Amino acid sequence: MRRGGALLWLSVRAQAGPFALAIVGATLFAVMAVVGTVVIGRITDKVIIPAFEEGGVSNRAVALAAAAVIGASLLRIVGVVLRRYFGQMAQRRMQMLWFKRVTDRYLAVPLSWFDDQPTGQLLAHADADCERSTIAMQPLPFSIGVLIIIIVSMTLLAFVDPVLLAVAVCLFPGLALINKAYTKRVEGPAAATQARVGDVSAVAHESFEGTLLVKTLGLEAREVARLKEKADQLRQERLIVGRLRAGFEPGLDALPSLGTIALLWLGAGRLASGAITTGQLVQAMVLFGILAFPFRIVGFLLEELPRAVVANDRVQQVLVAPKRLLPTTTVALPTGPLDVVLDAVSFTHGPDAVLRDVSARVAPGEVVALVGATGSGKSTLCSLIAHLIDPDAGSVLIGGVPLPETDPVEFHRTTALVFQESFLFSDSVRENLSLGDDIDDDVIFAALDIAKARSFVERLPHGLDEKLGERGVTLSGGQRQRLSLARALLRQPRVLLLDDATSAVDATVERAILDGLRHSVAATTVIVAHRISTIALADRVLMLDGGRITAEGTHHELLAQPSYAALVRAYEQAPL
Amino acid sequence: MSHPEEDLGELEELDAIVDVLVDSAPPGSHDQERRHSITSDEEDALSAAGAIAVLRRGLAATPELRQGVVLTLALAVATALGKLAVPILIQQILDRGVFGKDGYRPGFVAAACCGAAVGIIALYFISRATFLRLVRSAEASLLGLRVRTFHHIQRLSLADHVEQRRGALVARVTSDVETLAQFTEWGAVAWIVDTVLIVTTVAVMVVYSPPLAAVAVAVFLPLLPALGYLQRRQLAAYDELRTAVGGTLSEVSELVTGASVVQAYGLQRRTRRRLDRAARTQYKAQMGAAKWFAVMFPLSDFFGALALATVISVGALNGPAWGLDLGKLVAFVFLVNLLLGPIAELSEILDQTQTAIAGWRKILGVLATPIDVTEPENGITLPTGPLAVDFEDLRFTYRTGGEVLRGINLHLPAGAYVAVVGETGSGKTTIAKLLCRLADPTAGTLRVGGIDLRQVAPESRRSTVRMVPQDGFLFDTTIAENVRVGAPETSDAAIQSAFDSLGLGGWLEDVPGGLHAPVGERGGSLSVGERQLVALARAQLGNPGLLVLDEATSSVDPKTEQALSEALERLTAGRTVVNIAHRLSSAERADLVVVVDNGNVVETGTHAELVAAGGTYATLYSSWLGNTRVLRDD
Repeated sequence: MRRGGALLWLSVRAQAGPFALAIVGATLFAVMAVVGTVVIGRITDKVIIPAFEEGGVSNRAVALAAAAVIGASLLRIVGVVLRRYFGQMAQRRMQMLWFKRVTDRYLAVPLSWFDDQPTGQLLAHADADCERSTIAMQPLPFSIGVLIIIIVSMTLLAFVDPVLLAVAVCLFPGLALINKAYTKRVEGPAAATQARVGDVSAVAHESFEGTLLVKTLGLEAREVARLKEKADQLRQERLIVGRLRAGFEPGLDALPSLGTIALLWLGAGRLASGAITTGQLVQAMVLFGILAFPFRIVGFLLEELPRAVVANDRVQQVLVAPKRLLPTTTVALPTGPLDVVLDAVSFTHGPDAVLRDVSARVAPGEVVALVGATGSGKSTLCSLIAHLIDPDAGSVLIGGVPLPETDPVEFHRTTALVFQESFLFSDSVRENLSLGDDIDDDVIFAALDIAKARSFVERLPHGLDEKLGERGVTLSGGQRQRLSLARALLRQPRVLLLDDATSAVDATVERAILDGLRHSVAATTVIVAHRISTIALADRVLMLDGGRITAEGTHHELLAQPSYAALVRAYEQAPL
Repeated sequence: MSHPEEDLGELEELDAIVDVLVDSAPPGSHDQERRHSITSDEEDALSAAGAIAVLRRGLAATPELRQGVVLTLALAVATALGKLAVPILIQQILDRGVFGKDGYRPGFVAAACCGAAVGIIALYFISRATFLRLVRSAEASLLGLRVRTFHHIQRLSLADHVEQRRGALVARVTSDVETLAQFTEWGAVAWIVDTVLIVTTVAVMVVYSPPLAAVAVAVFLPLLPALGYLQRRQLAAYDELRTAVGGTLSEVSELVTGASVVQAYGLQRRTRRRLDRAARTQYKAQMGAAKWFAVMFPLSDFFGALALATVISVGALNGPAWGLDLGKLVAFVFLVNLLLGPIAELSEILDQTQTAIAGWRKILGVLATPIDVTEPENGITLPTGPLAVDFEDLRFTYRTGGEVLRGINLHLPAGAYVAVVGETGSGKTTIAKLLCRLADPTAGTLRVGGIDLRQVAPESRRSTVRMVPQDGFLFDTTIAENVRVGAPETSDAAIQSAFDSLGLGGWLEDVPGGLHAPVGERGGSLSVGERQLVALARAQLGNPGLLVLDEATSSVDPKTEQALSEALERLTAGRTVVNIAHRLSSAERADLVVVVDNGNVVETGTHAELVAAGGTYATLYSSWLGNTRVLRDD
């Protein structure tokens, strides 16, 4: 609770302006709500009662009464609108602030940080968790208003009649307690219901995902039984919630009614003895009406607060993630082709050493193929050269400059890494290639030519402006890889890293791409290869095994080595 | 770093199977087959039907709900009586207990108050009991609906699983039923309770004073359309908000899933700009929605005040003339307030009602999708041993797509190893589907062991025709359970010997936990190749006469690859094998190669014959040779 208070205080201070307006609105509403009951009471005494007496009531009194009722309402409206609108504004601005902080951190963390974070959770941190961190801000102004209503109306009742005050004092704290007991009891089953919904969803998901298996093996009955079991558990959990609600909801209607009846019973006596006026009795009853609901609002606040704290804890976990180190001073890269040097590089991921003491040099303009079994460290090596990760020991130099000392902007202009999983943005083809830079169509098409992507891009209904992804066309794996390749070539990199970047491209097309690369790109190139035709492109082959370079030389030289020959034989089995 | 090599393998495998079965998120390699899977997400047979039609058909589909309507009416009456008790009591006490012609009557006041209190307490218990029964009956009917829908989806042909997204199918039995649950226990109840409350409140008003009741109703009348208007604007604003949130989420998702590209290309500033733009759009949408939310309640408040002012003015000026008493006029003040709640609530549940009806419509749409593959009564049992396969002018068309197979005639002799080759989208995976009767041909016949597959008893078909799917999907349980699936009585020993007979005993020993090792969600704890090994063991256990292999498209690490090809060799011995081949090395060793192109069989023969013939196959083969062998041979 103390942490909840701290979170709220922090949020309120950050959004002081809109929040203050929301409080003004809440106060205005609270005061006018109570004033409204006074108006009804006065009208009863001054208009309604005289109306049934000799001589009736003056038109002026009636008009005044109507004006008072409507005027009080208008002021309440101003209060509500202020409270709701600026309360929302404070909350949403705070949400935006958390969002900015979280996404800033996403942009600043090292790539490896993403490895053990499920995408769904990262999305939830930026969306739901930021929103929930602010959720307690919403009922706060109203809660403050409610406190004002309670204080003002109790004071007012005390002035009207101590007996009526006594009824209120007995009733409302009781109502608050019942409300609290209910939320507490329903919380567990309600959460359990959510979990059971998740179970049902998991069974349905798994079952539909394995349709092929389900159908070929005739598992329908088994699957239906599995779903039924989970759905029945959900139903039972819902019944528990239903039973609690069945007791509580009608009770929430009944209790204030009983209070009003008590008020009437005692009030009738007081009225007859002349201790109070009819108007005061009516006012007390209307007051009971407006007091019944607000206690729930305070309940909401108390309910939301722990949830907000939990959500904010998840946000804070993101905010303490370590940032990538940025160079303090930078060294400019030399002009012309660049060499790449790995100097006793080691890299460990979790408990496993991925690369052990690897040293190698790729000469300026040279094309080197990296081969090795799955998990031998090829991709890691590429990521190290692309400075996506830093080695645990040793250093990587490009053009003689250690990577940590290069200027990030210059480095990104110089090197390009094309991944095997070709990531494309849900945006136009052009945007995916230019990445926001202003680039001539000629340059784009030249790159598409080399990547053998031009013809299919031209066949798209909107050409370069075709939208890709969720709301656009779906490209095949090979087409996506070719676009990714074009994206890299477009930047005329001096160091080109291809991490199995053509694995999904048809064999014949791959050949054409590689030929094109050979003839038109003069970059220092490192290719991770799974196909012999790819290996053939290289001047030299480095073979990785268990994180070490175990062989080095041309393809023909290496064929003499049994381990290399075995690897090549395995590649031969490779799919089309 | 994880090993991207493997990740890609999974992606591709998944992707390929997705093309065969169900649609999922992008990375696609088979755009042609994918096309129709995207089209008909929410389309269904009932899309044009109105709300009333949906209600009628929905009630027909879930007869349990009828009982709920009666219960809800009872609940509504109890609630209304409980709420009306207070204003009536006020009137009675003022007019007959305090200001009546007999003056103050404490006895009457006490009796009236006690009576009302007892009544309210009694109504509380009645409401509680009715509500509980209502929840019970609603939950029972929803359980029935959920299970029926799930069962229906399970029985839909694979063609339907292609057409609709898996996520959408899951939604039918989860979120759509959930909205319906919400609706039956809140929205639908509110509709009935509020309507009854409004009607009874107006009735009490009419009893007190028909003209004053008419005045009150007249003032309230414009509130309904006004609230309806605000409601629509608010819904539109929420729609906009949802879109904006979706936009923000997709920006974040691109930052997260594309983190490597963002960092490799130094796109941080561009990404920041896009995120900021999305966040601002979302904020604007939020405030747009907040505007309508802010004025919604005040509108009711204002109309309430207007009605109150009118009733008081008109009542005070004409009251005595209209035969009104003091108590009745005061009671009117409370009755007017009583009308506000249900009117406001009705306008709010319009939204929920629309969602619920939309969800219901989607569920009914699924239930209305015909089941194409129906099992025969007294089906024929297939003989054991290898079986011949005959295609007779076989055609297949997807419900929403074009013709995939255009008249295939083919005889596959018993015991033959047949490789089906062809490019992506040629129709070769459809052949595999038809062989397992995952769908029936649109025209023509498919005979296995001389018997039309449609006449075969399902149990016999499932044990005799076995498919080894390329994705090696596994249930989230142990290796043993995944092999046992479909044959629940199999002993651990039999499973072990299935692995042993395929030469996989050694592999199994190396898996920590062995047979009882959990495989994780979708089998994710095992590599793609390893999952296929489990699938092979399962097939071995079934001892099928016809084995349908859907070969993996992506590379598997060399060690598993070797275990896999050895196990396949043993598994396929003595059976008819139809291999949907992605590797020409499989085609090389086949007894018969069938080349499929654009839904037609264009060539058949042995590998050597087809290479010599210089047709489609020869072209494919030489391009493959160019990629893998040329260098080693020279």
